[in-house]
Amino acid sequence: MPSLEFRQFTCLRDGHPLFNPLNFSLHSGEVVQIAGPNGAGKTTFLRSLCGLFDEWTGEMLWQGQSLRVPDFSMCSELLYLGHQPGVKKSLTAQENLHWFFGVQGVSFPGSVSSALAHVGLEGYEETPCHQMSAGQLRRVALARLYITKATIWILDEPFTAIDRFGVQNLETLIQRHASNGGLVILTTHQPLALPNVRMVELARPTEVALDG
Amino acid sequence: MVETPSLRRAIWQSLRRELLLSYRHKGDLANPLIFFLMVVVFTPLGISEEPAMLARIAPGMLWVIALLATLLSLDGLFRSDFDDGSLEQMVLSPQPLACLVLTKVFAHWLLTGVPLTLLAPVLGVMLQLPADGYGVLVMTLLIGTGSLSLIGAIGAALTVGLRKGGLLLSLIIMPFYVPVLIFGSGAVKNAIGGFPVNAELAILCAMLLGWSVLAPFAIAGALKISVRA
Repeated sequence: MPSLEFRQFTCLRDGHPLFNPLNFSLHSGEVVQIAGPNGAGKTTFLRSLCGLFDEWTGEMLWQGQSLRVPDFSMCSELLYLGHQPGVKKSLTAQENLHWFFGVQGVSFPGSVSSALAHVGLEGYEETPCHQMSAGQLRRVALARLYITKATIWILDEPFTAIDRFGVQNLETLIQRHASNGGLVILTTHQPLALPNVRMVELARPTEVALDG
Repeated sequence: MVETPSLRRAIWQSLRRELLLSYRHKGDLANPLIFFLMVVVFTPLGISEEPAMLARIAPGMLWVIALLATLLSLDGLFRSDFDDGSLEQMVLSPQPLACLVLTKVFAHWLLTGVPLTLLAPVLGVMLQLPADGYGVLVMTLLIGTGSLSLIGAIGAALTVGLRKGGLLLSLIIMPFYVPVLIFGSGAVKNAIGGFPVNAELAILCAMLLGWSVLAPFAIAGALKISVRA
């Protein structure tokens, strides 16, 4: 059961806090939406909890243990989908998916075809990704969610370039993952049609030096 | 329950992907080889077609051009992975990044160093390389290009976040390329002159071993800095 806790957590940019320090804990079964205007530090926050950004202060506790960078046990449970989804355009959808799991060192669970069918890409297994549209590329990356056994999903704007039907599917998937004991942390500017979404608002730091 | 990840699988999958990618981009594969071929063809035209003269400069020429051809291929080593987010996925993998990058460098050597080594004797004929030099030329290039790939990858990892990292990359790694070049071409000259080459070969092997132990950690560290910047 994953659990994450943040104490006085804030990211720094040029030594200044990006948002007011956060104090909250996350448990399995939760869907958390990180909210805030553009430039509030949503992506930076997600990246720092993956260990992809290290200028932050405060404490991050994974299973009650304070971490600076995700350790082996946290990395094994983590799935991060960023702005750049990590899909190689000269490889096929199938090859990309195999690598995603291969680089983690886990065997490929389930079948590629069924995962691609879930994201509406049936019959595209052997298609090189450079022949796909932006939305389809995004869907190749999202297909990972149907296969992965990772429990913590960190999704940065997962709905970008996805059509309305795809968004519905993805919401259902997120809901199911949470009810199976997973933890989903995401950012989006779209209103979520999910019950029980916990909002964490990133507010501008109060003590900004206005004359600085 | 999440299964225990296996390092061997991660390494195999990374290697497979590198080979697949280079198969899809055959042009990138041919680039250093064409450069190597071009310079060697132009050398007799530009300098002198006199066999004795060519034979004297051949060992050094072949080594310098092979080194520059390797350098040419390095800039893109991590660039596309950085741009499309694959590098983040590598950093996030529970597997040690040093092992993953060592796989990547191995693939680079396999696709650059080995073809250059195989092409070198053919080009040696064009430069009138004396017969005693061929065996040692192939041996030194095979060992030396391994070091060149490892050292170059450190520079490529440090400069991957910069838009115009090419020049900086060359400046960073040039000093580390010097000993490889000196001992590599020195061994070929010794072989031609009839002197023993064991010492040079031993030093080249030692450099390769040293770099293969140290470089993966330096590359992994540099990549983490680049990703987190």
